[in-house]
Amino acid sequence: MKNAWRFFLETLRVSLTGSKKYYLWVGFLLFCIFVGALAYVHQLKNGLIVTAMRDEVSWGFYISNFTFLVGVAAAAVLLVIPAYIYNFKPIKEIAVLGELLAVSAMVMCLVFVTVDIGRPDRFWHLIPKLGMLHFPTSLLSWDVIVLNGYLIINLCIAVYILYKMYHNEEPNKNVYWPLILISIPWAVSIHTVTAFLYNGLAARPFWNASILAPRFLASAFCSGPAFMLIIFQIVRKVSNIEISDKAIFKVAELIAYSMFINLFLLGAEWFKEYYSDTVHIASMKYLYEGLKGHSALVPWIWAATIFNVIAFFLFLIPKTRENFLTLNIGCVLIFIGVYIEKGMGLVVPGFTPDVLGEIYEYSPTNTELLVSLGVWALGLLVYTLLLKVAIPIQTGEFRVDKVARREVPEGEQVPAS
Amino acid sequence: MFRKKKYTEAERRSRRKFIKAIAAVAAAGIVPHRKAEALDVTWEEWTQQHFKRLTKEELERILKRLEEKYTREYGKKVSVTAEPPIPGVTFAYALDLSRCIGCRRCVYACVTEINQSRNPHMKTVKTTEEVNRRKSWLQWIRVLEMEKVKGINVEEAEIYYNPPKVPEEGKFYMPVQCQQCNNPPCTKVCPVVATWKEPDGIVVVDYNWCIGCRYCMAACPYGARHFNWVKPFIPKDELNPRTHYLGNRPRYAGVVEKCTFCVQRSRNGRYPACVEICPVGARKFGNLNDPESEIRYIIENKRVYIFKEELNTQPKFFYFFGV
Ligand code: SF4
Ligand code: SF4
Repeated sequence: MKNAWRFFLETLRVSLTGSKKYYLWVGFLLFCIFVGALAYVHQLKNGLIVTAMRDEVSWGFYISNFTFLVGVAAAAVLLVIPAYIYNFKPIKEIAVLGELLAVSAMVMCLVFVTVDIGRPDRFWHLIPKLGMLHFPTSLLSWDVIVLNGYLIINLCIAVYILYKMYHNEEPNKNVYWPLILISIPWAVSIHTVTAFLYNGLAARPFWNASILAPRFLASAFCSGPAFMLIIFQIVRKVSNIEISDKAIFKVAELIAYSMFINLFLLGAEWFKEYYSDTVHIASMKYLYEGLKGHSALVPWIWAATIFNVIAFFLFLIPKTRENFLTLNIGCVLIFIGVYIEKGMGLVVPGFTPDVLGEIYEYSPTNTELLVSLGVWALGLLVYTLLLKVAIPIQTGEFRVDKVARREVPEGEQVPAS
Repeated sequence: MFRKKKYTEAERRSRRKFIKAIAAVAAAGIVPHRKAEALDVTWEEWTQQHFKRLTKEELERILKRLEEKYTREYGKKVSVTAEPPIPGVTFAYALDLSRCIGCRRCVYACVTEINQSRNPHMKTVKTTEEVNRRKSWLQWIRVLEMEKVKGINVEEAEIYYNPPKVPEEGKFYMPVQCQQCNNPPCTKVCPVVATWKEPDGIVVVDYNWCIGCRYCMAACPYGARHFNWVKPFIPKDELNPRTHYLGNRPRYAGVVEKCTFCVQRSRNGRYPACVEICPVGARKFGNLNDPESEIRYIIENKRVYIFKEELNTQPKFFYFFGV
C-alpha cells in the first residue's frame, strides 16, 4: 500500500516537472480547456439552444467527435495484434502506448457524451439499481457499459505494467496477458456497439445498413494506427524507446489493407444507393452532391474521400510507405479523412433530410467548436501526462531505485517499534 | 434568461443549485458564480426516483410540490394530477386525409392545451445562396403539404407552406404527430427508461427522469419527439392550469417531450384538443377495445393507411379516406 502511494506521488511529481517546452504545451492545453469550460458553462446556463442542433438534426458535432474517438480508442489497442503476430521487440511498450491512448480517447468520449446531453445533472439515472439502466434493450446502455469497462480494463493493464516496471519487476505475464486478450475483443465490441447504436434505427435509412459496423471497424483500423504511427515517431525521438522502422512500416502496410476494405465497403454502399435509386438515397445525395440547394457537407466529404484515396496509395506503394515524409503525410490525411467521414459525415446525413423530409442544414456554432476544443485538449492533456510518466518508466530512467538514490526521504519516519 | 423568478428568502436558502456546483467543477472553480438559468434543480427534484418506482405517498407529495411550484410561478391555481390508465381501454386515433384542409388549427390548439413553450427555437438555415435565421417553434403536430399527383412522399412534402388560403388546388395535407406506436422504437432505445408505453397505449415521458440524450429522437420515424433546447417559457395568462404529470405540465430545459393523446383529457373521458378543434371533423378518437366505437367502425369500413407501415411500428394512429 505504501509502495502504491509512493508510486502515485512520484508519478505526480514526474508529470508535473518538465522542460520549458513541456510547460508550454501543457499550459496551452490548459488554456484550451479553460476556454472550453467557459463555453460549456455558457451552454449549461442557456441550454442546448446555443448549439446548432435542433429537433431535425438532434445530434451534431459532439456526437460526431464521440463516434470518431471510439474508433481511435478501439484501434489503438488492436495494434497489439500485429505487435504480437509479428513479434515486434518492444511489444510491451507498444501495448502500453496504445492502451494509454485508449484511456485518453475514452475520457474524451465520455466527456463528449456528457456535454451533449440535456440533463448532465441526472447522470445517476444511468447507474444500475440506483437509477434505471435500460439494459439490455437500449444500445446506449450497452455503450455505457462497454465504454466504461474498456476504460477500466486499459487503465488496469497500463498501470499494472508500469507499476511493475517502476519497481524493476518483470510484469507477470499471467496477469497482463489475459487482460490484454480481453481488451482486444473488447476493443472490437466498443466500436461494434457504437455502430449498432446507429445501425439499429430503422427510422434512419442512412444508418440502417448492415455494412455500418464493418465500415466502422475498417475505418477505425486506419485512423487509430495512423495516430499511433505519429506517436511512435515522436516517442522514439524524445526518448530512447526503440521502435524499429520495420515495425512502423508493417503497421503502415496494415493501414493500407484496412483502407482498401473501407473504400471497398464505401463503393458497395454507393452502388446500392445509386443503382437502386429509391427515396432512401436522399441522405447519400445530401452528403455527396447536395440536396435541393443544401450542400454544406459536400466539400468536406469529397476532401475526406480524396484524402483517403491518396493515403491508401501512399501506404500501399512500398516506396512511399517507407519514406517518412510521405508516410507522415499519409497519416495526417487518413486521420483527417476518417475524422470527417466517421464524424460529421456519418452523423449529420442520418438526420438530413429528417424523417418528415425537412432539410435543416446543421453546422456547429462557436460554442460547440469551443467546447469540443476543450474536450480534445483535455484528452491530449491526459495523454501527455500519462506518457510523461510511462515513457521514462519504460526506458528505465524513472525507476524506484533511481528515484530513491536521488531523493532523501524527508518527513518519512520509520514507525517506532 | 427570460424572467427572474421571485423566491422568498427561506426558499432561496433551501434551494441547492446542483448545476451550479457542477458548472463550477467543470470550470475548475475559476468561473465566477452566476445563476444557472436553464438548469436549476432542488435537492428534492434531483433525488426523485423514476415515476414507476414512486409509492403512492411519494407521488402525492411530488404532485403537491409541483402544484405549489407552478401556482407560485404562474400566479394562478394549477393542478397537477396523475390519473392512471383506465382498465380495458386502449386509445386510438384516426385522421381523415380526404377532409383535412391544412388549416393548422390543431397545431395551435395543441400548443395552448399542452402548455407548449412559446420560445422560438431559432434555426440557422444555410443554402448555397442565402444565410438566414428561421423562427421555429416546438409543436407536436406537423402538417405536411403534399401534391396530389405525387401522393404520400415525405421527401416532396412542405412543412412551412404559407399560402393566403388553404386548401390549395392540387394539394392535400397530412398532419403528423406521435403515432403512439404499439411497437415503439423510441421507448426501446431510451437508456434510462424515461419513456414507456402505458397500458392504455399512450407513450409517455417522465420529464423528471429523462437525461436528454435524444436517442429517442433519432429512433422515432415520425419526428414526433421534441427537445427543450431552451428553458420553456409560457406566458402566465396563457398557461392551461389543468395538467397531468406525464402530459401537459410545464417542462424543463434539456428534456424530451411528445404528444400523449392529451392524457390529461382522454383519461378523464374527454377528446384530445386537436379532435375538438378540427373544423372539418377530420379527427376521430376512441377506444380500440370497444367494438361499438367510432374508431372501430372506421377501421372496419374505411380504407385505412398506416404511415411507414414497413417499419413495423404498429401505430395506433390511422389515416383513412372518408370519401
Ligand atoms: S411515433 Fe415516435 S414518439 Fe410516438 S410512439 Fe412512435 S416512435 Fe415513439
Ligand atoms: S432523451 Fe430522454 S426519453 Fe429520450 S432516450 Fe434520452 S433519456 Fe430517454
